[in-house]
Amino acid sequence: MSTGLDLPADASLEVTDDQLEALVGDRALARDDHKNAPGFVIRPDDVQDVLFDLRDQAGFDYLSCVTGQQYADRYESVYHLKKYDDPTQEVSIVVPTSTDDPVSQTAAPVYDAANWAERENFDLVGIDYEGHPDPRRILLPETWQGHPLSLDYNQEKPQVVTLAEHANPLQADQKDSETDTMFLNIGPHHPATHGVLHVKAVLDGETVVDVDPDIGYLHRCEEQMCQQGTYRHQIMPYPDRWDYVSAGLLNEWAYARAVEDLADIEVPEYAQVIRTMGAELCRIAAHMLALGTFALDVFGDFTAVFQYAFRDREVVQDILEDLTGQRLMFNYFRLGGVAWDLPEPREEFFAKTRDFLDDLPQKVSEYEDLIVTNEIFQVRCVDTGILEPEVAKSYGATGPTARGSGVDMDLRRDDPYGYYEHLDWDVITEDGMDNYSRVLVRMGEVEESAKIIEQCVDLLEDWPEDEREIQSNVPRTLKPPADTEVYRGVEAAKGELGIYIRSDGTDKPGRFKIRSPCFHNLSTLPEMTEGEYIPDLIASLGSLDIVLGEVDR
Amino acid sequence: MSNEPQTQIYDSTAPSTEDRDARMGTGVDARMNSKLREAFGSSPFILTKFDQFMNWVRGSSMFMLQFGIACCSIEMIHTYAIKHDLDRFGAGVPRASPRQADVIIVPGTIVSKFGPRMKRVYDQMPEPKFVIGMGSCTISGGPFQEGYNVVKGAEEIIPVDIHVPGCPPRPEALIYGVAKLQERIANGESSPVTVKPYELEQFGDLPKDELVQKLADQIDEDDLVMRYNWADSP
Repeated sequence: MSTGLDLPADASLEVTDDQLEALVGDRALARDDHKNAPGFVIRPDDVQDVLFDLRDQAGFDYLSCVTGQQYADRYESVYHLKKYDDPTQEVSIVVPTSTDDPVSQTAAPVYDAANWAERENFDLVGIDYEGHPDPRRILLPETWQGHPLSLDYNQEKPQVVTLAEHANPLQADQKDSETDTMFLNIGPHHPATHGVLHVKAVLDGETVVDVDPDIGYLHRCEEQMCQQGTYRHQIMPYPDRWDYVSAGLLNEWAYARAVEDLADIEVPEYAQVIRTMGAELCRIAAHMLALGTFALDVFGDFTAVFQYAFRDREVVQDILEDLTGQRLMFNYFRLGGVAWDLPEPREEFFAKTRDFLDDLPQKVSEYEDLIVTNEIFQVRCVDTGILEPEVAKSYGATGPTARGSGVDMDLRRDDPYGYYEHLDWDVITEDGMDNYSRVLVRMGEVEESAKIIEQCVDLLEDWPEDEREIQSNVPRTLKPPADTEVYRGVEAAKGELGIYIRSDGTDKPGRFKIRSPCFHNLSTLPEMTEGEYIPDLIASLGSLDIVLGEVDR
Repeated sequence: MSNEPQTQIYDSTAPSTEDRDARMGTGVDARMNSKLREAFGSSPFILTKFDQFMNWVRGSSMFMLQFGIACCSIEMIHTYAIKHDLDRFGAGVPRASPRQADVIIVPGTIVSKFGPRMKRVYDQMPEPKFVIGMGSCTISGGPFQEGYNVVKGAEEIIPVDIHVPGCPPRPEALIYGVAKLQERIANGESSPVTVKPYELEQFGDLPKDELVQKLADQIDEDDLVMRYNWADSP
């Protein structure tokens, strides 16, 4: 439908509220503005129509998150749209459906990202998406009864889960006699899957014909846990356990940022600098693990690169332990600040951090010798696992996965939070679109993170002693006004980690939805690997750097 | 050198055994000696029970299963890797296949979908086998205990010899757990294998209650299933 509007041709230009209202037109039943974005309520059969218009005419090319939730009188799907060129431009499309017949039109033809996101909503909340290409459960077993995040779910009821005998690929019934393809299971217990991922692959000779990632082997009900906890203290420990590869502070920031925006909490500048420093240390640790395990996947290097990466992680973990008191699950951020100031004696802490930063360039060049310039590595990685930028955008890929395909988006720069906008650093992108580029991006980001940490240490060292405020005033019991909704993302180690919170007037969230970068990055796997060789599948999976705790939540 | 084939041998063809004998000398090579060897004196034999010897061997050379589940597996990798180096305790080389492993460290939360798979992996390990439960999740479900999908501890499914508490335990704690396990093995102890609350059963053998009847057209009679009775979980 053409609206005949004067919309900016350049996608990054601001679309005003009036233009949006005119674009959605009378398809909007009402307004439902969220804290972060204007929101429009539309009919369940207008979904594709409206989303196509927003994508093609207003430039909203990024489906960040699809939230499903049940109210007493209705189900609701919320499509959180953004732009890759300017993620501060957001719009929410709210699609209510009746309790008796929760059927809503699918958005999968518009954004590929909607495919998995809507499957998750069907699985956990129980909304049916009409016309969905693959309407199956995604996290819970096929035989599960009920939808656990719906209101009438009884958790005490027994469940039956099958152990489908994983078929032996050499057996005759696994070979299709006409096409000579073979079915191959990879995982859920397999060294190359980085945890408990199950990949169902169909092979034609050595070529991958079809890939179906089967997830949910680590679905630990994180959203339910967060909905049961109080804002102030009970939720913060959980984010550490989503992306558990030492990326704890980055995840905690996602929660902190969402609630601070929800309840309008200020954070002292000094605390922001500490947060920024801690988060970047976490990013280095997380990328080191990605490098080490990827070298292990690709050329079986358990001795040099893998151990070197862990040696360096130990150093980072030591610093973080001094700062937070924990090696892995930091639980250091608080709403409106951090738990405590830098450890005394401060000079020792700064010296330790500086030592690490001083050694880093030499270590990075060592990795470059061992990995990037390694011929075997190049043969395995250059031009394998191609992910075109348009495809990456459609699937909602973010982080190093998207930046390795030349998609220049980094929330630290584009949607600034913390202290990043006052510091001098660069966003790393590569245009290769292959496994190699994704590794280069991670290595580059390690160096950029080191730059950020150094500037933070300089700032902290000179910070006047009487202005070291680590925590703002936050009410003991936090009760944001009822029906306030917010969706906020931060740049975590793997990409945009977003959180949607709807408050219901109590001290616990009414709905807590986690937008996981790994979940969406993993959904690009079939695009990267179908038609490639089976060893490239393993390399591509490794280069996505998924963490199953975050994929499954 | 010319390209002509060699037709004559100029030097001696005697084997070089003389050199070797000269090198070895008599008695035990000093470099191979040890305090223990000296203590044995001239007769390098000890008398022990075979069982005791076998238990000592089992504890001193454990093959671990490479088995990563959740957060704890990161600390588990750190325990294997540089700095903590579990190999110092004769338990350092992870095996990718359960058929080559003696010890399974369960490092993380067990959820409903993974329970049957973990049971199958455990069943595939050859006897004698031992289990270390790493972290709070394998003790009780840990921070996720109230989850609709979370098994309340690994012991609901497989027998566990050593529980290492923590969320996650530090590498030092895991090493301590491994050392304790070695101690138990050396004493010939292991957890009894008993019937667990959640076992793999054939679907046809389940009591025909409402749930089973509902699923009857989805699951074959012969398929193995695990039935989770959440209401009775601790």
